Amino acid sequence: MAATGNMRFGARKPEFQVCTPHFTFPAYPATPKKRVSAKSSPFPLGKSTMNYSCSRYELKCNECGKRFGNQPLSACPDCLAPLEIAYDLEAVRGIFTKENIAAGPANIWRYAALLPIPEGFEPDLPVGFTPLVRAKNLGKRIGATNFYVKNDAVCFPTLSFKDRVVSVALANAQKFGFEIVGCSSTGNLANSVAAQAARLGLKATILVPADLEPAKILNTLVYGARLIRIDGNYDHVNRLCTQIADEYAWGLVNVNLRPYYAEGSKTVGYEIAEQLGWRLPDNVVVPMAGGSLIRKIRKAFQELIDLGLVDAKLVRFFGAQASGCSPISVAVKEGTDYIEPQRPNTIARSLAIGNPADGPAAAKMIRSTGGWAEDVSDVEIVSGIQELAETEGIFTETAGGVTTAVTARLYADGRITPDEITVTCITGNGLKTTDALAQSYSHLNARAVRPRLADFDAYLRELDGITEPELATAGAL
Amino acid sequence: MSIKVTLPTAFIRHTDGRKHFNSAAANLPGLIADIDQTFPALSTQIKDEEGKLRRFINIYVNDEDIRFLGGETYAFQDGDEIMLIPSIAGGTG
Repeated sequence: MAATGNMRFGARKPEFQVCTPHFTFPAYPATPKKRVSAKSSPFPLGKSTMNYSCSRYELKCNECGKRFGNQPLSACPDCLAPLEIAYDLEAVRGIFTKENIAAGPANIWRYAALLPIPEGFEPDLPVGFTPLVRAKNLGKRIGATNFYVKNDAVCFPTLSFKDRVVSVALANAQKFGFEIVGCSSTGNLANSVAAQAARLGLKATILVPADLEPAKILNTLVYGARLIRIDGNYDHVNRLCTQIADEYAWGLVNVNLRPYYAEGSKTVGYEIAEQLGWRLPDNVVVPMAGGSLIRKIRKAFQELIDLGLVDAKLVRFFGAQASGCSPISVAVKEGTDYIEPQRPNTIARSLAIGNPADGPAAAKMIRSTGGWAEDVSDVEIVSGIQELAETEGIFTETAGGVTTAVTARLYADGRITPDEITVTCITGNGLKTTDALAQSYSHLNARAVRPRLADFDAYLRELDGITEPELATAGAL
Repeated sequence: MSIKVTLPTAFIRHTDGRKHFNSAAANLPGLIADIDQTFPALSTQIKDEEGKLRRFINIYVNDEDIRFLGGETYAFQDGDEIMLIPSIAGGTG
């Protein structure tokens, strides 16, 4: 096709479609980079000059208990432990009620009173509130009678649970005044940051491991984000992003905005409780990459108990990993309070974090609830994807294959009993990792059938392995 | 023999603003001892009450996590670039 000149919706130059770093995208005018030297860093002491105060929530160090207001900071400057958001639950006691929640929108913003959303931020996108599906068919296969799937494969806008965390992180990025946002990502996060940054008018720069699935790369580039492939695995990308956050005045959602970002995961827990009719399940099975989601679902349940929205109950938490990257699962099984890092080697790339920051805390939490963690092989992951699709019509990505296969094993091993209310969390969509199934189906080289009924009939018989004499017998009866 | 050590910005309040320094340490315990001597305030920050390196710090040697190289037993090579990075980030990609 010929070039279409100045037409706005004409063909793009091919260089904008390749997956190598590009720095000429028209959305980025030739303004100087927002790079700052260490000496002129806006965060000279690892603290930001960007901050805001809020009586409802603030940053708190889990180790030493020190509080830090609200700023783009993820580690305690004193003891270096990860910071988390602490709430004044009493301040929201009369606000965070079942009635108010029910009157809210059908998305995560119905829970805004317990999310770190700055005053004045007007939530725009209908993120979350994904289906909680009673999974009787899959339940029958794995021996479960009271079994649900929380289906974040259809989360808005980019089909993974990352939409929840990104929306909370970017609300704060705007409040702090960042013009450029970004992340280190194994794909889903990249998609979500790119899409939501576009919506908010923020520029996005996203770093991913070079071997990422092509679909996840395209699903990031299409939003006009600057995507940079890093020659290394996720842990290398992540370490580089830690340094970038130190040197550049950028809001990296899972680095310097991490405490805010992580809180978005709580909405999975709120939704599960509300969708079960304001009660907690007996067990939850959650995929683990960095180890954050599983802990935040527990935090959500605990807040609901503390505020009296659900009856107190000790929910058991089960973590799911791929055997090719199982540092948290190993820590749970061996009962250690530290994480032995691994070099990831699994098709479940969205879970391939060999040195998970929240791993020690996740392992400790799982054991304290009487739960367990398991890991499954790549073959089992593919089977898990197929089982969920064939039984419930839900197509999940490799991480969901991990969770499904681990769930099946937990029932098979008797760690979960059939009649307990159990929820398995599906966190991403299968359309993003179709490569994983490429070897599983032969449709691509299947013979094409002539458009004639007799040929079609013969082809069906061939597929079903029915020979002529058998058919004849059947016809004679 | 000399190695080059890089610190995160959060630490430079203990090093008079220095982000990089050289050391002749032969291994990780040697480097910690060197920091004890040269930057006692930094030493206090990066070690816990028992004098062990805090578990929230990761050490990298030329882009590789030192735990993959043998941890404390790894012998620094001349020109190695050592990075101390808090394990603050991380995760859930």
